[in-house]
Amino acid sequence: MNLFGTKTFAHGIHPPESKDDTSGLPIRQFPFAPSLVVPLSQHIGKPAIAVVREGQEVTRGQCIAKPDGFISVAMHAPASGTVRRIGLTPSITGKMVPGIFIEPFPASTQEILEGTACDASTADTQEIVAAVQQSGVVGLGGAGFPTHAKLQIPEGKFVDILVINGAECEPFLTTDHRVMLEHAEDVMAGIPYLMKATGASKTIIAVEANKPDAAETLRAAIPQDLEIEVEVLPVKYPQGAEKLLISALLGREIPSGGLPLDVHTLCVNVGTTAEIGQLLPHGKGIQERVITIGGPAVKNKGNYRIQIGTPLRFVLETVGVEEDITRVFLGGPMMGQAVSSMDIPITKGTTGVIAFSARETGFLDGHKQYPCIRCGYCLEACPIFLNPSQLGLLAEQDQHERMVDDFHLMDCFECGCCTFVCPSHIPLVQQFRIAKAAVRRMKAPV
Amino acid sequence: MSSILVLTAVVTIGGLTLTLASLLVVANHWLHVEEDPRIDAVEDMLPHTNCGSCGFPGCRPFAEALVSGAVLPGKCTVSPPEEHTRIAAYLGVDVGAEEKRIARLACAGGSNVSRNHARYVGLESCAAAALVAGGGKGCFWGCLGLDDCEVACTFDAITMNRHHLPVVDEDLCTACGDCVTACPKDLFSLQAQSHRLWVACRSQEEGDEILEDCQVACTACARCAMDAPGEIEMRGNLPVIDYTKNRFLSAEATQRCPTGAIVWLDAKKGALKGRAARKIIRQGSMKEAPT
Repeated sequence: MNLFGTKTFAHGIHPPESKDDTSGLPIRQFPFAPSLVVPLSQHIGKPAIAVVREGQEVTRGQCIAKPDGFISVAMHAPASGTVRRIGLTPSITGKMVPGIFIEPFPASTQEILEGTACDASTADTQEIVAAVQQSGVVGLGGAGFPTHAKLQIPEGKFVDILVINGAECEPFLTTDHRVMLEHAEDVMAGIPYLMKATGASKTIIAVEANKPDAAETLRAAIPQDLEIEVEVLPVKYPQGAEKLLISALLGREIPSGGLPLDVHTLCVNVGTTAEIGQLLPHGKGIQERVITIGGPAVKNKGNYRIQIGTPLRFVLETVGVEEDITRVFLGGPMMGQAVSSMDIPITKGTTGVIAFSARETGFLDGHKQYPCIRCGYCLEACPIFLNPSQLGLLAEQDQHERMVDDFHLMDCFECGCCTFVCPSHIPLVQQFRIAKAAVRRMKAPV
Repeated sequence: MSSILVLTAVVTIGGLTLTLASLLVVANHWLHVEEDPRIDAVEDMLPHTNCGSCGFPGCRPFAEALVSGAVLPGKCTVSPPEEHTRIAAYLGVDVGAEEKRIARLACAGGSNVSRNHARYVGLESCAAAALVAGGGKGCFWGCLGLDDCEVACTFDAITMNRHHLPVVDEDLCTACGDCVTACPKDLFSLQAQSHRLWVACRSQEEGDEILEDCQVACTACARCAMDAPGEIEMRGNLPVIDYTKNRFLSAEATQRCPTGAIVWLDAKKGALKGRAARKIIRQGSMKEAPT
């Protein structure tokens, strides 16, 4: 949609941004935890297969798990150390998943092992796809979909425009902002790989208007020989959702249940692009990522480069938290997940750790839910034009099939706009998640 | 003038009514489907709950199957034995004693013995809590105790005890399977009532660490499997009981269990733990981690 010269999407909301605390802080290296846990499933798709034994010594960056099939990626040792055990570890969904426990050597220089380099100018599509899979890169924006699977364009489809997603519309998170500022050259180094693999002729980097410095830095870093544009979009949530971003930028509407590929576009997160630009020229694997640690309950807020597998307990102990901390989220407060265990490790999909104290969440204790008054606020907020009010009423009657068949529940990507604006405090998104889970369970082969 | 109009209308409508009515009479006569009158009679004797535990979509299809001789009355788990005999006598068939099945919960971690890592705030339902980081219970596999099964049970067979754990009334349970579908942690399963040996735990963790979170969890020590070789086998860090050898099973297998995760469900005395099961120290208050 193009309104008065500004490109954006219809509906959506404006939650408080709360990015000022950390947006000005440069990325710092986070210390190594005394024990790291690398879950074998940090991505969508099949879990990786461990290729190390208990007691084995590993080098930082060494491949410790190989991909199982195409929709799966490799895992790399986040530190030089000893594999203590391979066992169950809690994950963000609360589920216990297998993971590799590594105890780093206390006095190691922690140099990263390099592998076979992949050069964007000489490599062909298959080589790039294989290199990305081996590097273990997945969507670092939170979804965790293996990037190489996106790059493999199926027969009969083509991509003409590559969209690099630097919108970062979630409140509190400044990860992508800092990456764009400090690693602009890595972003530019990553783009040729993506363009080559997909065959895209043009790249658009989308940045929200609250990050003018990032847009400037990126513009200055654009190399001569590539067609790259930096587009500044107005601030609105959920601008960073790929379907909305593509429709805002290009006016191309992705059909219900479809992919960006259906409109000849591919959307990749800016952090993912920078990571590809950093890893592939040296044949390295991903063993660390940038996260924002923030929220009112955190003492040393900031943006940190942290080892994948660092337990949440160590993260919060290191940065220091207020006494009355009540809630911890991985990811932003809108689409992130509340955690139930402090032993959850930071994974490839973790964009941030946000903590709240009783002062901010205290009001929730006397929280009362009222009936739907059909005010229609949720209809005006829903960016994909669903009817959350009607869906909510159906959810209360457990009419899950009708929600899917008549009201397109499966198109909902759980951005939380409807819940945010609801004056009756109806937990709509949670109801939708229950309905989706129930429908999936019903349709799953027994 | 107007009287003619009225007359025309009356004659037209009246004629039409008569013609269509006679058509219906003829159709009823010619297209009549002979139905076994016994189906109606049998259906009347069934409980009309349409619960589906017999494997048929409802009581009517079950009645049809009964009359056709495909099944025996004992298949209905809801109606009492007297009703079975009545239907059997009416149809002149055997009662067909079907082993009574009941829903059993594979968890004993009530709030008195288990610990929560986080406090869940939100919709009061297991399905909702399970979607928020698993619900906050220390043991990921354990019962969340938010009454989804109690709500789902149409026969009031499930009640929550004071430790927020569902208790199944064996007399009221009809094995309809509603609780099996309602439980987001898949803790319920339908078992024959004669299956007395029962593993009341689903934790796949190995070792004593799980005891921090739940005092009655299975630690995968495999003592029960050693005491009943051939009948109990360890699979995925849990003992799996082979009920095809049910008649060889005894409470002996529970005796050395250090936590009492494997129990003998006595018809009168309820769940009996083995001698070695350690005493429960009531967790004063649920310890809450700051999340």
